[in-house]
Amino acid sequence: MPLKSWKEIPIGGVIVTPGSAREYKTGTWRVMRPILHKEKCIDCMFCWLYCPDQAIVQENAVMKGFNYDYCKGCGLCAKVCPKQAIEMRPETEFVGEEG
Amino acid sequence: MKMQKVLEKVAITGAEAVAYAMKQIEPDVVAAYPITPQTPIVEYFAKYVADGVVKTEMIPVESEHSAMSALVGAAAAGARAMTATSANGLALMHEIVYIAASYRLPIVMPVVNRALSGPLNIHCDHSDVMAERDSGWIQLFAESNQEAYDLTILAVRLAEHEAVRLPVMVNLDGFILSHGVEPVELYPDELVKKFVGEPKPYYPLLDTDHPVTWGPIDLYDYYFEHKRQQVEAMENVKKVFPEIAKEFEEMFGRRYNFVEEYKLDDADHVMIALGSTNSTIKYVVDELREEGYKVGALKIWMFRPFPKETLQRLLNGRKTVVVLDRALSFGAEAPLYEAVKSALYEVAARPLLGSYVYGLGGRDVKPEHIRKAFEDAIRGNLIADEQRYLGLRE
Amino acid sequence: MPVNIKQLAQEFEKKEIGITQGHRLCPGCGAPITVKFVLMIAKHLGYEPIVGLATGCLEVSTTVFPYTAWSVPYIHNAFENVAATMSGVETAYRALKAKGRISEGKRYAFIAFAGDGGTYDIGLQALSGMLERGHKVLYVLYDNEGYMNTGNQRSGATPPGSDTTTAPVGKKLPGKIQLKKNIVEIVAAHENVYAATAVLSEPLDFFAKVEKALNFDGPSFLAVFSPCVRFWRVNEDQTVEISKLAVETKYWPLYEVERGVYRVTRKPRQFRPVEEFVKAQGRFRRLLERPDAKEIVQELQEYVDRRWERLLALEEATKDKPIR
Repeated sequence: MPLKSWKEIPIGGVIVTPGSAREYKTGTWRVMRPILHKEKCIDCMFCWLYCPDQAIVQENAVMKGFNYDYCKGCGLCAKVCPKQAIEMRPETEFVGEEG
Repeated sequence: MKMQKVLEKVAITGAEAVAYAMKQIEPDVVAAYPITPQTPIVEYFAKYVADGVVKTEMIPVESEHSAMSALVGAAAAGARAMTATSANGLALMHEIVYIAASYRLPIVMPVVNRALSGPLNIHCDHSDVMAERDSGWIQLFAESNQEAYDLTILAVRLAEHEAVRLPVMVNLDGFILSHGVEPVELYPDELVKKFVGEPKPYYPLLDTDHPVTWGPIDLYDYYFEHKRQQVEAMENVKKVFPEIAKEFEEMFGRRYNFVEEYKLDDADHVMIALGSTNSTIKYVVDELREEGYKVGALKIWMFRPFPKETLQRLLNGRKTVVVLDRALSFGAEAPLYEAVKSALYEVAARPLLGSYVYGLGGRDVKPEHIRKAFEDAIRGNLIADEQRYLGLRE
Repeated sequence: MPVNIKQLAQEFEKKEIGITQGHRLCPGCGAPITVKFVLMIAKHLGYEPIVGLATGCLEVSTTVFPYTAWSVPYIHNAFENVAATMSGVETAYRALKAKGRISEGKRYAFIAFAGDGGTYDIGLQALSGMLERGHKVLYVLYDNEGYMNTGNQRSGATPPGSDTTTAPVGKKLPGKIQLKKNIVEIVAAHENVYAATAVLSEPLDFFAKVEKALNFDGPSFLAVFSPCVRFWRVNEDQTVEISKLAVETKYWPLYEVERGVYRVTRKPRQFRPVEEFVKAQGRFRRLLERPDAKEIVQELQEYVDRRWERLLALEEATKDKPIR
């Protein structure tokens, strides 16, 4: 975001926009990319529970995939998956692709 | 319409006067730790709490560091918050004193001035408050118990003014005022409550419908901007303080300003000081006036922000100005002298200046000491770059 | 009825947890998972969390001005004073409630998060003060066993033999010599507190303790084992695995102390040697290269064995004997 002058920001260093860190896309840090093999997935939600970056997309406790805007590629989801339904692949394989 | 003030005149210590002001202000939260000579303030206030005289929640913290830390939490949560301290206690708070100011939390803190260790000393000087000179707090100084009482009440309004939102230290000299009994006119509770009004919290933490983040890490992108805002708030104090002082006068009949002028109109020689010593200075001014000398005194009520413009207006063209400091700045000029000297750089007709350090560690300051400094001034025996000492064995 | 993971997933599919995406903690860091667990349970139970943070990794990485990764009210003051700061927030709540200046009907949960530096060391006095005064605050320690925010310096929580920059494994000294402080015992020594240990690898145990802590009528304390992938020199995906190993090797026993009554909440049928815990982490690699490595690891083994036996004895001895 463009930097503001001292007259344009709240006093006291207070941040009044909750969750504004979402503007900062940590997905750019990623070296390894999680890939879901849905056929193996049992929707246990372990990946969702443990993801430190809330980058697991689920609907009504059904695993849908990853939010690559924020996924840092730590691989914890793959590690805690009891069915090995998540595979970590190098980002270099996806150069030029969307997301 | 002017309020009818109903006065009660009592003989009390400065500590009791301050505690009584706190009782009438009835802050939401008081967090305090006892330290000589501030202790009686906490004791009196704890008794008010214990007796149910006030609805204040009191946190008997385990240190001054935690006192100020708890107040930062309480004030950010939306509470009106107060404490009181002295010397080493203030020094222990130091880190959080800066944080309170930078978070723009309108905490009011009577400081019972006492020498900083070491060696250990429990008596009056201003080394404690001067160590917080640049912390971003407004600093007021009381000459008497009446002023300590008044300024504590006035400080609440000043701190919470939306153009200011800065914490305030109300300084009163340790033992001399805190433990000395003087007549004080106390105002009725309802008038004090009317004057201070209800606090207007700024982004309170307890408002969970509007969640805010207090105290982020603020790096090179914005730290500087936040500091500039603090500079502006201090500037605003200079506009706001006279308005609040005027309201105070209308309600309680006592006039406050940045400084008090004493027999200054035609004075050739002016003495400047902080706190209770001004009473001794006024006594000596009266004596010297009787002897035919045109001397006067200028008492600093507000040290931060420093009322530079007022001093320039009042001191331009005087023959001499003598500044008394009850603190040192090792390796540089004493703090009040430095501020006065710096202010006078810009005036057309600069007076001759003299710097006198006195009263460290509670050393008694006597009329003859004050007279000596005035006599130096009257004789033109002042050297701007020389720091002199009153009451020191050479 | 204890909540399960799928129920939580349903509940928080769209609802804000309180910590958001876009924080800058290391990939695989345990701290934000701990925050997630605590805040989800608090919200699930109907509390409105208000959080306070001590200076540390979690604090700096989640609030880089003008960004905040928090969607609940948040305050950070300094390193050593989160317990005092939250004492003030909690007291303000009571004062304003008594004066009718805050909206009725909200149940607040005052939650402090601090690392081991801010808890075992520089913040210990403020923590003790908060506990002794009885402020109803849940204090959550994320224990990554060192000053990791500033680059792996020794703390009172660092285990013996761990390689840190201020107690490095050298030619003469085998890294840190002293044992970790027993922080839970220190906390539990205050009257009328609830104190417990937790790990990420035992989520249901963790959730139950958060629930107990929040519903406890007094101060509560949760010590969460919190792997630091960066300075424990483990892979980014090992946070949960190392946590599990810590419990299985008696390194991090799971228990709680409620008003002086001890209860061991997980009793593995068999344990693995603590050597496995040590060997799994790069922070002990230089220790293991030393000729005295075996003795040091053996000492640690004896320590965790004795501590475990002592815990079981305390559980037996304090049964039905609460302090108040």
